[in-house]
Amino acid sequence: MSKRIDVKDLDIYYGDFHAVKDVTMTIEPRSVTAFIGPSGCGKSTFLRTLNRMHEVIPGGRVDGEVLMDGENLYGRNVDPVDVRRQVGMVFQRPNPFPTMSIKENVLAGVRLNSRRLSSAAADELAEKALRGANLWNEVKDRLDKPGSGLSGGQQQRLCIARAIAIQPEVLLMDEPCSALDPISTLAIEDLINDLKADYTVVIVTHNMQQAARVSDRTGFFNLEATGRPGELVEFDTTQAIFNNPSQRATEDYISGRFG
Amino acid sequence: MNAPAPTKRSRTGTVRRPGDLAFSGASLGSAVLILLILAGVAFFLVMEALPALTAPGEEISGGEGFFHYVWPLVFGTVVASLIAMLLGTPVAIGIALFVSHYAPRRLGSAIGFVIDLLAAVPSVVFGMWGMAVFAPRLVPLYDWLDEHAGWVPFFGDASATGRTLMTASIVLAVMILPIVTSVSREVFLQTPRLHEEAALALGATKWEMIRTAVLPFGMPGVIGGTMLGLGRALGETMAVAIILSTGPFTWNLLGSGNSTIPAEIALNFPEASGLRLSELIAAGLVLFVITLAVNLFARWIVDRRAEFSGAN
Repeated sequence: MSKRIDVKDLDIYYGDFHAVKDVTMTIEPRSVTAFIGPSGCGKSTFLRTLNRMHEVIPGGRVDGEVLMDGENLYGRNVDPVDVRRQVGMVFQRPNPFPTMSIKENVLAGVRLNSRRLSSAAADELAEKALRGANLWNEVKDRLDKPGSGLSGGQQQRLCIARAIAIQPEVLLMDEPCSALDPISTLAIEDLINDLKADYTVVIVTHNMQQAARVSDRTGFFNLEATGRPGELVEFDTTQAIFNNPSQRATEDYISGRFG
Repeated sequence: MNAPAPTKRSRTGTVRRPGDLAFSGASLGSAVLILLILAGVAFFLVMEALPALTAPGEEISGGEGFFHYVWPLVFGTVVASLIAMLLGTPVAIGIALFVSHYAPRRLGSAIGFVIDLLAAVPSVVFGMWGMAVFAPRLVPLYDWLDEHAGWVPFFGDASATGRTLMTASIVLAVMILPIVTSVSREVFLQTPRLHEEAALALGATKWEMIRTAVLPFGMPGVIGGTMLGLGRALGETMAVAIILSTGPFTWNLLGSGNSTIPAEIALNFPEASGLRLSELIAAGLVLFVITLAVNLFARWIVDRRAEFSGAN
């Protein structure tokens, strides 16, 4: 599991609106890559193109290539459904299915992939995914209770368990801690650290300290003015971005002079 | 110091403002009013029905007591409504999903508009259309059913006019389409985008997304809409009275015969008096109880899954 992603000359459009222009980068496997930047700079939009979730929004389309271990996600015969089974996603706000129990939430993706599961295999898989998301000890006695009864941080870890239960190659996280309190945030950050042993993790965050804490490489997105497309200003090791950025805009942003 | 006008304080010390008091009084009043009206209707039905319920059996129409008189009507009412619901609900859910999730927005709202128009067609028009246009065209289908599925007790000799309980049921299905569709469409549109995206991000196809996120979320609403439709079907009078050529009880839904409570009341009420009138009102009371039971049952189904409703 865990694959490398090469993005080549990617432009993203919503209808006539040019949202992000000309991104080229390489995302290494078994590492955490963070995207930072001011609101509206296209970092979340770019993240969504890595599993073709931007196509859910009417008019969303791209120009360019995203290669996962050399295979173009936007190739002619590639089904977005297959892409999403390999590239999991965790959203800004925890979104467990309210009509399902904790266990059924974890297994939701597996059931979609229409594999028949014996109940013993289902139990085992649910436990493995919940352990992987550091949630098992907190919920093992109430697996049949609704997922919406958990705290926000627990719900977010439940969503992570649901995403890793289908054993994706890559895990995308769109500001996963923005709706959580500091303690839950810490729990998720620890979890991200564990996850990179097995997965390629890509995270969008508004919190620069968080990017500095969890990521190996960081990309800074910016836009020249509202209405203009966002662009990738600088992409380097997290160390370099925060201590020794090569672009003036990056330095201004991380030192808090704007954004 | 210029003290403000003294405000009343309740024992717990909260300020009681006149606007709040007026508003809570008005809403309490409305709530009590609806209970009073319902109680009044129930009281009227019971009082007027008592003579028929207590009269000796041989004085009731048919000569064998009220129960014997009313059960074929109950059968007709319930069967017609159930068939209408079974035929109408899947189509309504299909239309609602198409409008909310598949159709381009323009087409979707156009179809929604047409469906709402369907609700504005008076039932007497549906009745005339059902009798004059629809019923004769169903006769070949009934003949075919009689020939090939005659072993089913409901499919016997087909009527030559098509004015049967089955035709009435199908027209009822069309009549409940708008309400079930409209309620279902509204709840499907309410599905949080987050849940839909959660399903899609797990690699769900569109249909799988609808199955995992949209349908479970909308189920209480769909059940509610179906119950409104069932209520309409149970109480529908004109359409059934016009379409159905009523008669004594028969298992055969493809032939003439059978009747429903509302049709029986509508067709006989103008000439009824005395005990006959009381009989009809007692039949109305039975309908009232059936409707109440159906609604309680639906409420129970919805509440059973309240924990998982997504409302928390």
